[in-house]
This record gives sequence, structure tokens and C-alpha cells, in this order.
Amino acid sequence: MRFSIYRYNPETDSKPYMQNFDVDVKEHSCNMVLDALVVIKNIGDDSLTFRRSCREGVCGSDGMNINGKNALACVTHISSLKEPIIIRPLPGLPVVRDLVVDMTQFYQQFEKVKPYLQNTDPEPAKERLQSPEDRAKLDGLYECILCACCSTSCPSFWWNPDKFVGPAGLLQAYRFIADSRDTAKESRLADLVDPFSLFRCRGIMNCVDVCPKGLNPTKAINHIKELMLKDSV
Amino acid sequence: MVKSVLGVSHQGLTDWLVQRVSALVMAVYSTSLIIYLLTHPGLEFTDWHTLFSHAWMKIASILFITCLLFHAWVGIWTVFTDYIKNFVLGLILQTLVFLGLVSCFFWALQILWGV
Repeated sequence: MRFSIYRYNPETDSKPYMQNFDVDVKEHSCNMVLDALVVIKNIGDDSLTFRRSCREGVCGSDGMNINGKNALACVTHISSLKEPIIIRPLPGLPVVRDLVVDMTQFYQQFEKVKPYLQNTDPEPAKERLQSPEDRAKLDGLYECILCACCSTSCPSFWWNPDKFVGPAGLLQAYRFIADSRDTAKESRLADLVDPFSLFRCRGIMNCVDVCPKGLNPTKAINHIKELMLKDSV
Repeated sequence: MVKSVLGVSHQGLTDWLVQRVSALVMAVYSTSLIIYLLTHPGLEFTDWHTLFSHAWMKIASILFITCLLFHAWVGIWTVFTDYIKNFVLGLILQTLVFLGLVSCFFWALQILWGV
């Protein structure tokens, strides 16, 4: 099976290029795209650079653009893809080398939404309790693994990565806004009221299309907009 | 930079709301006008003239045009801030569009006034 992979080493290459590799996926029992990448690195070209860790869709390290769609290489079945399989780094972020991108902007936006519980109430003796109903409100929000597949597939994030928080960050923002134990809801909403942070989302829904965990950032973003509207009237 | 015609502090929420409310007004006006056209086949100039000489039609039309211009401004401002990263070019284009939209408003007023 033919793999066409984006190669770029800023120390030696003047510009990026695509390199073809043929892998016998049956012989090397490759099920997932990551398996094939590991085979290429082991027997094809050991300079091929990519991130990987858990190889089971939990760590979110191997987000990349596979046949035009952002996905985790470790949970993308080779059998579901058309040949040649074209693999590029996540779009919109600076390339460090080959399939490794600089995620600084992505993390900076994540940091902006203060992704931690804020509570000014006196601390209880044991722990802050939550009803099962309130806990259920966090389902579909807390599962994000920060692989950046969503934010780097979002045109609004491509054009304004410094100002638009992006789907991953906004999903986390809503995860804490919706948390019954968090008391900073108003300041969280106030932080997002400018024209860019939240409202640059135009409902394109690429984020929903690519999320490897099946989450729906657009829905969370719309919930934030509704809450903001309710708070302002 | 010409940030907004909607308020001193250009708020994302205001723009978002303006775009949705204006879309609603435009949808009602356009649908009503289409229904009128469909239910009045063989429309003459005099019928058209009579329709637009009513005060309520003038008010509705001005409301529609205002909504259209606000809607267009929010949309174009968004597109410009997405794609035009050069400050001076952005400023010039935004000013031109802003003046163009204001001119359209007065032109529309003049047309409706003339009926």
C-alpha cells in the first residue's frame, strides 16, 4: 500500500515535499495508520518524525491530517482509507519537523479559558459534592484529550489562532461553565464576550466532523452563546 | 480601525444578536413580498406604486433595508478581519464599505420618499 507523507526538516530542506513509501500492510500486520508509520520509520526511513504515545486514542499525541481529514493515526483503520494514503501534519500550526507541529498557540488558547475549577465558597470538610444530574451535564465535555484535531480543522482558528479560542478551548470553557461546583461562571462568560474569542465561531462544524472522541464542540459553543444572551437581558 | 457601528465597545454578543434579529426581519419581509408577487399575477406599475405609497410599506421597507445594511456590515467586518491582516488596507476597505452602506441607506430613503 502506498503512503505519501509530508516531509520537512527545516535544518536541511528549503521547502516541504511529499515522499512516497510502499508498505506491505498484510505482511507487517498493520491495522491502523500508526502501525504503518512505525513500520516506515523502522524499515523505510528512520528520520521520519511523528508524535505517538499510547497508540489507543487516549493520549491525543498522533493527531495528523490523513487523506484530507484530521484524525488520530492510532485509531484510523487503514482499510477505511483510499490509496494512496496522504499524510500531512495538522493544518494551520507551524511545522517543527515532518508530522510534528508546534502546538504553542493551541495551548495558549486552552490556557485562556482557565481550564480548572474555580470556587470561592469556603472549603467543605471533605469534598465538593455534586448530584448525579449535575455530573451528567459534564458528559460529552470532559472527555476531550486535547489532540487538536478540531481546532486545526477550523477555518476560524486558521485565520485567527491568536484571538479565537477554538473549538477545543471553548469545549473546555463550557465544561467549567456547566460545572455546578464552579462559581466563576459570570467572569468566564465575560472573558468570551469580545468579537473573536467565542463569536468567531461561524458554525462550520468541522470540529464535530473530525473529533476522534465523538464530541460536539459546536453544541457547547452554542450553549455558551445562549447563556451569555440570558445573562445580558 | 472602524470597529463597529453598533456601539463604542464592539461586543461579539451584540453583533451576533444583530445578525440573527436582522436575518429574521429580512426573512419575514422577503417572504411576504414573494407571497404578494405570487398572489398578484400580471402586476401593473400602478399596483406596485400603490403598494409602496402606503406608510406601513415604507416603514417596513426602511426597516428591511436597515436590517440588510447592519447584517451586511457585521458579515463584511467578520470577513475583513479574517482575511485582511494589513492594518492600513483593512482600515481603507472597512471605511469604503461603511461609507458605501451608509450611502445605500440614504439612496433607499430617497427612492422610498419619491414614491
